[in-house]
Amino acid sequence: MRLSRDFARVLVIWVVASAIATPVVAIFLTPDLPPGIATDDAAGQQVDNEVLTAVATPVVLLIVIFLAYVLIVFRQQGSAIEEGPRVYGHAGAQTVWIVASTAIVLGLFAFGTFRLLEAGAAGGGQGPSPLSPLHAVGGESVLPVQVIGQQWQFTYRYPTYDGLQTPHLVLPVGRPVELHVTSLDVVHSFWAYGLGVKADANPGVDNVAYVKPSRVGTFDVRCAELCGIWHGYMFDTGRVVGERSFEAWIKDQQRIFAPVQKYLPPYSDTYLPAPQGRAG
Amino acid sequence: MSGRAQRVLGVVVAAAALCVLAGVYVTSLSRSPQAAARSADLTLQTVGALGPKYDHPSWVSYLVRDRGGEWLHSTNLEVPANSLVRVTIHQYDSATGLRNPFFARPQGTVGNVIQVDGKTVDVIDPTLTSHTFAIPQLGVFVPLPGVADNAPNQCDAAPCTSAQAHRTITFTFRTGRAGRYRWQCFVPCAAGFLTGFGGPMQGFGYMDGYLNVV
Repeated sequence: MRLSRDFARVLVIWVVASAIATPVVAIFLTPDLPPGIATDDAAGQQVDNEVLTAVATPVVLLIVIFLAYVLIVFRQQGSAIEEGPRVYGHAGAQTVWIVASTAIVLGLFAFGTFRLLEAGAAGGGQGPSPLSPLHAVGGESVLPVQVIGQQWQFTYRYPTYDGLQTPHLVLPVGRPVELHVTSLDVVHSFWAYGLGVKADANPGVDNVAYVKPSRVGTFDVRCAELCGIWHGYMFDTGRVVGERSFEAWIKDQQRIFAPVQKYLPPYSDTYLPAPQGRAG
Repeated sequence: MSGRAQRVLGVVVAAAALCVLAGVYVTSLSRSPQAAARSADLTLQTVGALGPKYDHPSWVSYLVRDRGGEWLHSTNLEVPANSLVRVTIHQYDSATGLRNPFFARPQGTVGNVIQVDGKTVDVIDPTLTSHTFAIPQLGVFVPLPGVADNAPNQCDAAPCTSAQAHRTITFTFRTGRAGRYRWQCFVPCAAGFLTGFGGPMQGFGYMDGYLNVV
């Protein structure tokens, strides 16, 4: 009877605490979760994090409340050291625990799978796919941008602007972007954290990821794959600008880098520079 | 307007003009010496092989000239903040070629140009590039052309001398706020290492280092 009363207490405390804490977490805490809302993809990832955090809240509360209750109610009284009461299994509690855990995990699995496959999902650098979002977006002009990793700097090519190459990543707001990520030497990883995009940069491989910036601003770009002595310094800051500013920026970059344009190789999905001179 | 009012107005206008002139004078005084002081010279050399005096005799490397004119095997460089830095690089190595031809375009220097043996250029042939001096965080990328393979009197051990075959590259760039910035070579110039990216390209103190802006 004692255990039943304790169980009921814990249950009531947990239900009340969850009823209060879960909405509080969902409403007030989760809007600040990463990676922000700079793009549809980033916002989508934030929603995923919100759902996970909200689902985890009652689970965490159950563990903390149960632990606290046990520590307070069943703590050793006095200085005598005594054996506690024998513990028996409880088929009902075990069944509930297993069923609830399975339901939560399978529910999150279904949620995650749906989020990956639905129209508007970011893709994982796995390349163009009938399921990828931008193929489902009709009538929008997609901007291809190539990300080239090399020790230890990202450079960017804009194939629709005569293959312009620049050390800066600037994107127009509101326009779908198709990122083609590759490397000239070792394995890097292009991680535009604020955009919610991350794709490996492998030599000889064209990894494709999609993004649609939804607001003007800046975002950080980092290499997320240990790539040598200056890996920690392989970062820069990208910008999302208005369409007219973007066109003006392109013209400016074309002017600045006109002298080297004739030396650039024709645009290609990948580049495999042959070891030259003493190298190799 | 009465005569008294005209006199008062004249005095006020004259006083204002004097104040403006004094302000301009003081401002110019405060700026000129500072601008003159805010510049620095940096002299480097690149060698194809350090030679027997150093730990890795066959490794390619940068050296820096100290205030006494001695060449030091160091890649920790120091320049003043918010200043104009005049850089001279004596390049004694032969060409390797850039993996990404994009870096053949000087960037981040004053005018986005460099002087190669006294001639101003805005790009060099990427296949004839020997090294680069790049400070990506400051947007500075400078390609360094190599010495011809058949040039006479080539240097085979550091420090090289001006009598030996070399190219002289000069440029200027502006520093901003104080900080520590990495610099590096973008040419895969490490002889004997896979695709030229090992050894001195991955070891601090040879083809990379820090630019300490103080």
